[in-house]
Amino acid sequence: MLKINDLHVKLEEEDKAILKGVNLEVPAGAVHAIMGPNGSGKSTLSYVLSGREGYVVTGGGATLDEMDLLDMDPEERATAGLFLAFQYPVEIPGVGNMTFLRTALNSQRKARGQEEMSATDFLKLVREKAKTLKIDADMLKRPVNMGFSGGEKKRNEILQMALLEPKMCILDETDSGLDVDAMKLVSEGVNALRDKGRSFLVITHYQRLLDHIVPDVVHIMSDGRIIKTGGPDLALEVEHNGYADILAETV
Amino acid sequence: MAAVAQPKLDALSARLAGLSAPEGGKWARAARDTARARLEVMGLPAPRDEYWRFTRPATLNAPEPVPATVFDHSGEAPVFGAIDRLKIVFVDGVFDAEASDPLALSGVEIEPLDEAARADIHWAREVYGVLEARGQNPVERPFATLNTAFAREGLVIRVTGKAAQPINLIYRHASETSDALIHHVVKLEPGADLTLLENGPAAARLNKVLEVEVGEGANFHHVRTQGRAHERQAVTHIFARLGRESTFKSFTLTVNGLLTRNECVVEMLGDDAVAHIAGAAMGDGSRDAFHHDDTVFVTHDALRCESRQVFKKVLRNGAVGAFQGKILVKPGAQKTDGYQKSQSLLLDEDSTFLVKPELEIYADDVACSHGSTSGAIDEEGLFYLRSRGVPEAEATDLLVIAFLADAIAEIEDAGIAEDITGRLEAWLKRRRG
Repeated sequence: MLKINDLHVKLEEEDKAILKGVNLEVPAGAVHAIMGPNGSGKSTLSYVLSGREGYVVTGGGATLDEMDLLDMDPEERATAGLFLAFQYPVEIPGVGNMTFLRTALNSQRKARGQEEMSATDFLKLVREKAKTLKIDADMLKRPVNMGFSGGEKKRNEILQMALLEPKMCILDETDSGLDVDAMKLVSEGVNALRDKGRSFLVITHYQRLLDHIVPDVVHIMSDGRIIKTGGPDLALEVEHNGYADILAETV
Repeated sequence: MAAVAQPKLDALSARLAGLSAPEGGKWARAARDTARARLEVMGLPAPRDEYWRFTRPATLNAPEPVPATVFDHSGEAPVFGAIDRLKIVFVDGVFDAEASDPLALSGVEIEPLDEAARADIHWAREVYGVLEARGQNPVERPFATLNTAFAREGLVIRVTGKAAQPINLIYRHASETSDALIHHVVKLEPGADLTLLENGPAAARLNKVLEVEVGEGANFHHVRTQGRAHERQAVTHIFARLGRESTFKSFTLTVNGLLTRNECVVEMLGDDAVAHIAGAAMGDGSRDAFHHDDTVFVTHDALRCESRQVFKKVLRNGAVGAFQGKILVKPGAQKTDGYQKSQSLLLDEDSTFLVKPELEIYADDVACSHGSTSGAIDEEGLFYLRSRGVPEAEATDLLVIAFLADAIAEIEDAGIAEDITGRLEAWLKRRRG
C-alpha cells in the first residue's frame, strides 16, 4: 500500500533537515502507529505525504500502490486514496460543512470518472454516517469547523474519512485535545473503517489512543528517522519508561 | 465658499452643450430648473475633489460616452428569472412599454417619469430632486444633480400596501453609444412593503438616480446586479430617507464593467429605523480594466437606529476596488448602532484596494465601528480543501464565494440570495475556462 523509501525532507524557508531518511512500509489492511517525542518529524511526514507546501524533498520517495505520491497535487493524492486527518482541522468561514463534504466527495468521484452523487443521495449518506459519530444536524449546517469544539473537529475529520472511503488514512495526533469519551467515539469511528483493503498510519505522542485503535506495528521516530519498530508492546514500553531509554539504546 | 475650480465648470459647460431639458409640467420644471441652478455652481467632479481621488471622473464627465460593445447574454438564464415578478424593461435607458408587463400591481402605483412630469401637480414633487438635494451636503454629488436636471426616463412608484410581487427593472443595452440618464422615485407609505430588483448593463454609459422615501414602519428591499458587459461605465446614486421603524435594505452585485461608481446616501430621520447597505463586487482586470467604487454616506439623525455597511470585493489581474464609507451621527442621535465593514480579497499582487472609512460622531451614547481588511486567499483553507480532493481552482472559487458570503447574507429573500450566489459561481467557473 504505502511505501516510504529513504525520505529526506527539509523546510523550504530555511536550510533545516527535518526528515533524514525515513523508511516505512504499510501493507494493505494494516494499522501502523508512529510514536515519538516532540520535534521528531512525525507531523512533517504526514504533511509531506499529503502534499502541503513549505517542504522540499531532498532525497528518497514515497509511493501509494506504486504511484509516485510526491509527484502529485494534494487533490490527486486524495483521489488516489490518501487521507490525512488533521491535527488542527482548518476552520473555513462561509463554507457550509455540507457543501464542503459534498464538494469533496463529488470532486473525487468526478476525478475517478464516476457520476456525481445527487443531493438527496448524499444527504441520506451523510446523515447515516454522521449518526454513528454523534454529529448532529447543526454541525452539518455550520461553516466548516467554525465554532466546533476540539472533539467536534476531530469527529468531523472522521466523518470525512467515512464519506470519502480512502484506502490509506493518516491520523495526525487525532487524540490531541480529546477527552476520554471523545477519544472513544473517534476510535470507534476509525475501527469501524478498518478493512482488509484499508491501511492506517496513526501518529501519536501517547499510548492511550493505541488502547482503542490497536496497531499491528509500532514505530518510534526520533530526529527524522525511524529508530525502532516493534509490536503493540513497544507502545506500552514507551508509556512506562518514556522515550529516553529507547533513544539511549539506539545511539 | 471657495471658488469652484475652472476645469470643473468647463467640464460642465461642455457636458451641458449636448443636453436638453425635457418637457414637463409645473412641478417637474421647477425641480429641474432648481437642479440645474445648483449644478452650475458645483461644476462636474475633478480628480482633486476629496471624494474623487480614487476614481477618475473623466469618462463620466465627457460630453460623449466611450462606445461600449453590447455584451452577448444569449443562452444564459435571465437574472431573477426564477422569481415571480413584475418586469419593466428599459432599452438603452428608455422605457419600453411593449417589452414590459402592464404597469399594474396590487398595492403599488407605477407611472413612467415622463408622464408624471407632465402633470401640473404630482406627489412626486415631494421626493424628486428633494432627497438628492438633501444628499449634497456636506459632500457634493454633481452627477446626481445633473441627473435630476436632465433625466426624462425613469419610474415614479408609490407603494401603499404590501406589493403583490417584486418589481424587476431590466436594463437592456442595445446601442454601442447609448448614454442613459434614468431617475426613479419610490415612495413607500407608512407600513408599505416593496422589493425592487434591478439588473442589466443599461447602456454604454449610465447615470442613474434612485430616490426612496421609506415611510413609518415601511420596508424597502433592493437587490441589483449591474450587468456583465465588460465595457460599460456607470455612476449611480441611491438617496434614501427613512421614517420611524422603517427598514431599508439594499444589495448590489457587480461583476465586470470598466468603471462603476455606486453612491448610496441614507438619512435616518425616524427613531428605530434600520438601514443595511451591502455590495459584492468581483473584477478581473485582464480583459479590460475593472474599477469599482462604493461611496456610502449614512446619517443617523434619530434615536436607536441601526445601520450596516457590508462591502466585499474580489479583485484580480490589476482590478481596482475603492470604498469610501461614512457614518455621521448627529447630535442627539443617541443609542445609534452603526457598523461598517469593507474587505477585499486580492487574488494577485497586481490588484488594488483603496479604502477610506470615516466615522463622525456628535452623540455620546452610541456604538459605532468600522473594519477594513485586505488579504489574499487563505492558504491553510486551500490546502485543507485540496487534501480532500477538491481541485485547486474549484477550492479557490469556494473560498471566494465564502469570502462574499456575509455581503450576500444581507439579502433577505433566500431565493434571490441563491440566484445571486449562482451567478457568482457561474462567473467564477467561466473564468476557469
